[in-house]
Amino acid sequence: MSAAPAPATGAAGAAADPAIVTRGLTKAFGALVAVDDLTLTVPRGEIFGLLGPNGSGKTTTIRMLCGLLAPTSGDATVVGFDVRTAPERIRRRIGYMSQRFGLYDDLTVRENLRFYAELYGLRGAALRDAVAAQLAAFDLAPRAPQLAGTLSGGWKQRLALACATTHRPDLVFLDEPTAGVDPASRRRFWARIGDYAAAGMTVVVTTHYMDEAARCTRLAFMSRGRLIAAGRPGEITAHFGLPTLEDVFVALQQRDEAPAETGA
Amino acid sequence: MSGLGTFWPMLRKEFTQMRRDRLTLGMMVGIPALQLVLFGWAIQTEVRHLPTVVLDESRSQESRAFVATMANTGNFDIVGHVASRAELAEAIEGGRAHAAVVIPPQYARDLARGRQAQVQVVVDAADPLASSAALSGAALAGQARTVELLRGTAGRAGAIDVRLRPWYNPALRSAVYVVPGIIGVLLSMTLVIITSMSIVRERERGTLEQLVVTPVTKTSLMLGKLVPFVLVGYVQMTLILLLGSGLFRVPLRGSLPLLYLEALPFIVASLAFGLLLSTLARTQAQAIQLGFFYMMPNILLSGFMFPREAMPAPAQWLGALLPLTYFLDILRGVLLKGVGLGVLWPQTLVMVGFGVVFILLSVRRFAKTVE
Repeated sequence: MSAAPAPATGAAGAAADPAIVTRGLTKAFGALVAVDDLTLTVPRGEIFGLLGPNGSGKTTTIRMLCGLLAPTSGDATVVGFDVRTAPERIRRRIGYMSQRFGLYDDLTVRENLRFYAELYGLRGAALRDAVAAQLAAFDLAPRAPQLAGTLSGGWKQRLALACATTHRPDLVFLDEPTAGVDPASRRRFWARIGDYAAAGMTVVVTTHYMDEAARCTRLAFMSRGRLIAAGRPGEITAHFGLPTLEDVFVALQQRDEAPAETGA
Repeated sequence: MSGLGTFWPMLRKEFTQMRRDRLTLGMMVGIPALQLVLFGWAIQTEVRHLPTVVLDESRSQESRAFVATMANTGNFDIVGHVASRAELAEAIEGGRAHAAVVIPPQYARDLARGRQAQVQVVVDAADPLASSAALSGAALAGQARTVELLRGTAGRAGAIDVRLRPWYNPALRSAVYVVPGIIGVLLSMTLVIITSMSIVRERERGTLEQLVVTPVTKTSLMLGKLVPFVLVGYVQMTLILLLGSGLFRVPLRGSLPLLYLEALPFIVASLAFGLLLSTLARTQAQAIQLGFFYMMPNILLSGFMFPREAMPAPAQWLGALLPLTYFLDILRGVLLKGVGLGVLWPQTLVMVGFGVVFILLSVRRFAKTVE
């Protein structure tokens, strides 16, 4: 909390609030409960890792927090605003990088950056400076005139992170940002995430890589829509009495899938 | 940031993408041009050069003059003379002729006495369109002869009875009637289908999810998608007008600026309807199907092909729900009749109403979610 920068929202006392608070957050698609009674708190300025096997509800959780999905029940506040009543105020303060590449293939690297920066209200010199700074920070300057569709996977991910952060959000959601990316690109990607967190930005990230999970300030394990463990990486391994996060992950998944097979 | 602050970036993005998509751009211009040429030539309701035999029982100078006038209309090609009714029937049944002119023995005598002279035109009515065209052609010939005769006899002659008098399109050329309609049909077809895919395409490509988590407003998003295509609509309309007047000699009797002004509410209404479909469809294929589903009543019920007056009441009510119905009145009014806003204001108001309602509905229906 002490490291959190004063946000420009003007909301009274927002600086002292956690970045995210959820209480009993639930999302059902018909009979399928994708997220079940999720209660968690994400302090500001942390790298918060959301872990869990495919279909455990990580993406649905992030989508609810971004205002892309309406919760079935429960409450959530993001950067001090209620996801149900003030989604537009939240959108101005956050960045989002979807699991699937969501930028425009038929726009250039520079045009994509510029377009998203403009949607967040950047204009004139501030816009030019911010776009130039992102191109430099992500080594994208030589590729600025290239169509985004012609970039390789690692470069696309870099551009997506750049587009999600040009407007310096208070909070950025990254949904499996490094899936299918080579190790060198992943390392560079995480170096940027570290920079942002050091500058006071809250980062919520989902991943299947345990070396990435180890770099998070705090972790939450989800399985079949439920939160099954939360805490700092060291606390979690100690709690389960296992040497690595990967061991915990595998153990939790096996424990969780066993009744699922008989139940299903 | 104001609500409109996100409109300009949306607009620029759409223009950039449109510029890069050469294939779609080419289709948006090429397809209307091709369709116009096809429709214009294929939908010919007039019948020219109907093979015709003559049974001239009068054998006079006057009867020969009438036959010459008929041939001059271009509707009839005189392919031979027959000597009797039996021969005439044989010619038509055998397919050698599709029409016959019978001039009775007393024709020249009646004309000379200032009485009404009669001429019989027999038409193979198996094709009703061809026969009605032939009949009106014959009536025209009669009218033309009457005028000549009146001139020659200083108003004394009773001449030939003619009641038919086609306005606006004296030669009854169908292209003149059809081409203005084609402008409306092609505009609504291409514009509705193109915009109906616009939002669905972003949904399918995954770009919509990234776009709707930004502060972009629903109105900016919708207008940004709509405005570039207004320009496309005008390019299409200009192209069809140029081809229409070049290839089919479609007249422009009214004010061209008025026509362009009147096109705006129609183009906007069509685009907004496409956007509305785009919010209903989940895939581009669905959007195209919905678009074609919309086209059928437009072609059949708007008065493009069949006069609405001849339709049963429910078909007329359905037609009244289509913006094209009103735009057709405007196109034909301005192009063929040369009338202005003084006559066409009710149609204009209805189209503006459609535009506003469709935009409001599509903005309302569109949700910034991925459900």
